[in-house]
Amino acid sequence: MPESRTAAYDSKIEGNVIFTRFDAALNWVRKNSLWPMPMGLACCAIELMATAASRFDIARFGAEVMRFSPRQCDVMIVAGTVTYKMALAVKRIYEQMPEPKWVIAMGACASTGGMYRSYAVLQGIDQLLPVDVYISGCPPRPEALLAGLMKLQEKISRERSFLNQKPELVKKVGEALA
Amino acid sequence: MTGQELLDSLGKLFGPKIQHRIEFRGETTYTISPGDLREVAKFCRDELSFDYLIDITSIDNFGEEPRFEIVYELYSMTLAVHLRLKLRLSEEIGAVNTVSDIWPTANWHEREIYDMMGIKFSGHPDLRRILMWDGYPFFPLRKEFPLEGLPSEMPDVAFTKSAPLEGGPFVTQPSTATAKDREPRARPPEL
Repeated sequence: MPESRTAAYDSKIEGNVIFTRFDAALNWVRKNSLWPMPMGLACCAIELMATAASRFDIARFGAEVMRFSPRQCDVMIVAGTVTYKMALAVKRIYEQMPEPKWVIAMGACASTGGMYRSYAVLQGIDQLLPVDVYISGCPPRPEALLAGLMKLQEKISRERSFLNQKPELVKKVGEALA
Repeated sequence: MTGQELLDSLGKLFGPKIQHRIEFRGETTYTISPGDLREVAKFCRDELSFDYLIDITSIDNFGEEPRFEIVYELYSMTLAVHLRLKLRLSEEIGAVNTVSDIWPTANWHEREIYDMMGIKFSGHPDLRRILMWDGYPFFPLRKEFPLEGLPSEMPDVAFTKSAPLEGGPFVTQPSTATAKDREPRARPPEL
């Protein structure tokens, strides 16, 4: 994994031109405009709403655009208890999100089933979806969700986006240069 | 008519039909037979002003006969009187008459009892599961159903797995001992 670096940019020397890696620019764009899919299933959703409201203001991190259509979302925030009755619906919504996409498991229930060692509750959404960030708490405070979001941003900024998502294009460019 | 007179009049009229009566801390509980349920329920609503059915619950006395118990909590808005009706039901019969036409609120209560306990309500207009999905093969509140659940699979609808109990279930021991002895610990059921 390449390390994330902040761009060293001096406008007096470089004018309006910035040199950077393509991945770095792409990741910078992606991580500062994460549109969440608010998968609110229980009390964690209340904290999710608080995070979006004025006191905590998730807009400071570019993730204020909660979309209720999965086709416009980048990150699914699974906030709450995933019952078996809901589990396949959550998976289906995730599958309708366009790539690239990420998942935050917010709170104990979404991460592990939490206090519900029960016939009715899925023991962690990671049994169905690839989870990027787990947030502890029951429910987590809005600060914890923001910290989780920042962790996800760090993770995105380290991704090899172009190589991972356009391997055929990378191959073509490689052949053309060879 | 006061509340006590009301309950006494019920006792008089249905004397032979009331199998058992308990007075405890001002709460009256009458046990009736399942066959008399609709007659008693109608009388309670129309003649005794029990216009509000608060709740219906069911109990699984696993290992006893008759196995199931259904409890109706009635309340009279006009006289502010509570009445609890109980009936016992064996597993072989497994069905009791609906009261959803007498108190419409019974519709969903009876569906929930059917869903969780597997007791059927004959005459119910729409006896489907209410919490679990149609086709779920178990009745989860029955005593023989394990706490961690059982695996099941309905393609494209839902699936279930057994939950890892990690040494549990964690149960509080009811006693007069110290908090250290009573606190929730892993106490596997002695089966």
